[in-house]
Parts: sequence; C-alpha cells; structure tokens
Amino acid sequence: MLSILRTIWFVFLHAFQKRVTVQYPEEKPYLAPRYRGRIILSRDPDGGERCVACNLCAVACPVGCIALQATEDEHGRRYPEFFRINFSRCIFCGWCEEACPTYAIQLTPDFEMAEFHRQSLVYEKEDLLIDGQGKHPGYNYWRVAGVQIGGKDKGQAEHEAPPVDVHTLLP
Amino acid sequence: MTSPYPLLSIVGIVMGALTIAASLIWVERRLLALWQDRYGPNRTGPFGLLQVVADAIKIFMKEDWIPPFVDTPVFIVAPAIIFVTVLMSFAVIPVAPGIVVSDLNIGLLFFLGMSSVGVYSVVLAGWSSNNKYSLVGGMRAAAQMLSYEVFMGLSVMGVVLLSGSFSLGTIVEAQKKVWFVVPQFPGFVLFLIAGLAETRRIPFDLPEAESELIAGYHSEYSGMKFGMFFVGEYMGITLISGMIAVLFFGGWLGPVLPGLLWFLIKTFLFIAFFILLRAALPRPRFDQLMSWGWKVMLPLALANLLLTGAAVIIRR
Repeated sequence: MLSILRTIWFVFLHAFQKRVTVQYPEEKPYLAPRYRGRIILSRDPDGGERCVACNLCAVACPVGCIALQATEDEHGRRYPEFFRINFSRCIFCGWCEEACPTYAIQLTPDFEMAEFHRQSLVYEKEDLLIDGQGKHPGYNYWRVAGVQIGGKDKGQAEHEAPPVDVHTLLP
Repeated sequence: MTSPYPLLSIVGIVMGALTIAASLIWVERRLLALWQDRYGPNRTGPFGLLQVVADAIKIFMKEDWIPPFVDTPVFIVAPAIIFVTVLMSFAVIPVAPGIVVSDLNIGLLFFLGMSSVGVYSVVLAGWSSNNKYSLVGGMRAAAQMLSYEVFMGLSVMGVVLLSGSFSLGTIVEAQKKVWFVVPQFPGFVLFLIAGLAETRRIPFDLPEAESELIAGYHSEYSGMKFGMFFVGEYMGITLISGMIAVLFFGGWLGPVLPGLLWFLIKTFLFIAFFILLRAALPRPRFDQLMSWGWKVMLPLALANLLLTGAAVIIRR
C-alpha cells in the first residue's frame, strides 16, 4: 500500500524533470559520423569516380535495391554506365559499403529524404555522386591497384616496384 | 433551491460537461506526457490545443462499421446508454450556489443509480459484440462493478450521516465549517477507489485491458460509437471528480474566488490525479481486484459507517 503511494509520488516528481523528447524539425538530433543514412558515391582525389562497377554492392544488397551496368572508358578503366539505387527498398544496412573494394559507395548521416512520389526515391548516378571523397580522403583505387590501365603501366602504382623480368639471369 | 434560469443552467452544464470531456483528450495526453518526461501533442495550434478539434473531426469522419455478426439493436443502443446515464448524473451536481439542473432531495441516490445503469452499457456492448474478448471484457466489467458499487454506496453514507441529507446542495452547505474530507477521510479514500473502478480507469481498467483483451468490450466498435464510449469515459472521470469535490471537498465553497471557479478547480485537481494514477500504476490481476474489493474495501467501508454512526449518536 505504501509502495503504491510512493510510486505515485515519484511519478508526480517527473513533472519537474527534463524532457527526453527532441523537438525534431527545430532541434536536429545528433547523428554519429558513421550513421547509416543516405547512400552516396564518392570520388577519388583526382575527381574521377571511385566506382569500378564490380557489382559487389549489388550482390551484397539483401533487398536488391542497387542496379548498375559496367562499361569501360578509352583507358580500359571500368566505371558504371548507370548506377541506380531504389531508396524505397533500401534498408540502410550498410552491407554495400562493407562490400565495396574501392570505398566508392558510402552511407552518410542524413536521413531527411522523404518524397511525395515513390518514383522520386529512385536515385540515379547523378543524384548519388558527390564531389568530395567522403570518409576516406586521399584514397585513389587506381593509384594503388596493381591493375594495368591506360596511362598507368605495371609497376607505376604507388608503393610498387617495377616488375622483375624472371627470364633474365642478370643481377 | 432551484436555479433562477433553469434552461440556462441546463444548457450551461451540458455544454460545460461535454466541453470538459472533449478537452480531456488533450489534457490527458499532455499530462501523461508531463509525467513521462515527454511533451505530448504540441503541434496542432497553441500548445496543441487544436488536437481536440482534429480528433473530433477524425472520429466523425470515420466509417461507422457494424460487423455482420453482432446483435445490431443492442450493439447500437449500448454506447448511447453510457453517454445518457453519465449526462443524467450531471443533473444533480451543484456546480455553484443555485446553478444546478435539479437539486433532487435524493440526488446522491440518483447518482448511484445512474452509475449502476451505466454498467449495462458495458455489459451489453460486450454481449452484443458476439466476440469472446468483448464478452470477457463485459463480464469483467459486470463483476467489477458489482463488487465496487457496494462499497461505493457505503463509503458516501458517512457523508449522508453527517449532513443528514441525500441532497447534494445540502451536503455542500453542511461543509461550511469543515470539509467532509477531514471527518470522513476513510470514506474519501474508499470513494476515490470505487470511483476509479466505476470509470474503469487504469488501475481498474480490466474490462478493456488492451494487453489481454484487445480493447475489451469496445473491440468491435468504430467511428462515433467508439467515440461515445470514449467521451463517456471522460465524462465519467469528470463526474466522479465533481462528485468527490462536492461530497468531500466542499463543492463551490472557498474564499475570494466565485463558487463556480472553486468547483472547477477542485474538479480539475481530481481529474489530474486520476491521470496521474494512470501514469503511475499497473493493472492488478482480476482475482486480486475482486478479493481487494470484497475482503478489504467492503469491511473498511462498513467499519467507517459504523464509527461515523456511533460518533453522530454520541454527539447528539
């Protein structure tokens, strides 16, 4: 019986405590840097697209909301012809970001993407691409990869020695 | 003691009761939020006050669906009963000196009778819904009302003994020296608990226990029929709070401010207390509820009546 009165009194005291509600549109919540929100495609320091259209993100996506078509430019460098994310299906799990070998696809702390039309939630490559480098500044896949493309021969990448000719016996 | 303008006070009391009951939608949500460290509805209009309007518009626009398996006439009549009985009870409440619809000389009995009739609404709603959860809710309501009505009547008999009248106006006048909450404190506590059970508010909301019975007796109701139960419940709270103010806290009596304002202040304090109870207390098990009613409250009410009677005789 006494515990009931005690409960009532303590609940009453809550009237004078701080509210826990965040008054959202006026007062923005704090979002962690690694918050999994709107997906973007980042660029490398040279301004080129990081995405190499390897399709790993599309395969990793549990809801299958990523669609892309790979193509090559004149240097033999792969890039996506189109890159499409259907955000009405996306569950923001972040698996695409984990799967990405070139840090191209990244999730950002932004969730304010409500739309009036469902079709508006389908983002094309132009909508996804940002001008910056996102979470991995200074990283350039083509500069560190051992792949041979036009303008960069074998042994010309960063931290890479020129190839050894195993057929010659000369020291 | 009848009102100088009977029609005016009838319209005033009906409109007042309905307005207070409707605004309780907002008051309850704001107060619950206050005690749960939230804000509650604060977007619609100033302080979210237009929430009442929004809710009213919504509930009027909703489809009023009568399921094909229900007992249609009873199903339709049931929500009206609770509304009518609660509204009838307001007729005997004196809100200020001279402002009362009808100062019956058996006002208190009339109130008790009307609240007993109101139980039919719940039982019939549960029965006519033809749904086991509704029926369980209705049966619970019947059992709960039976056991709590008994000591509700007994708990106010102390007040009747002290004032020597069943007329609520006379009861208020008899509290000029000291409010009845002082000599009748056990009676006040008993009446408060019985009133909670009577309005089926949270510690005693077993008839609609949403975690066990969906919504209990009004599971099948929608639209304005559900709204009738809803507003009926809020009017019930207002009624019980008003009754507590009249019976134990001297109704309109108070210094400086006009009587009507005093009555409203006291009523609102008890409404707020009812909402505080909802914020604070869990729901008991049904057998706990029943044994609490019969084994604790009823003997206490009888003892209170006995002692008050003895005191009245000795003092005479």
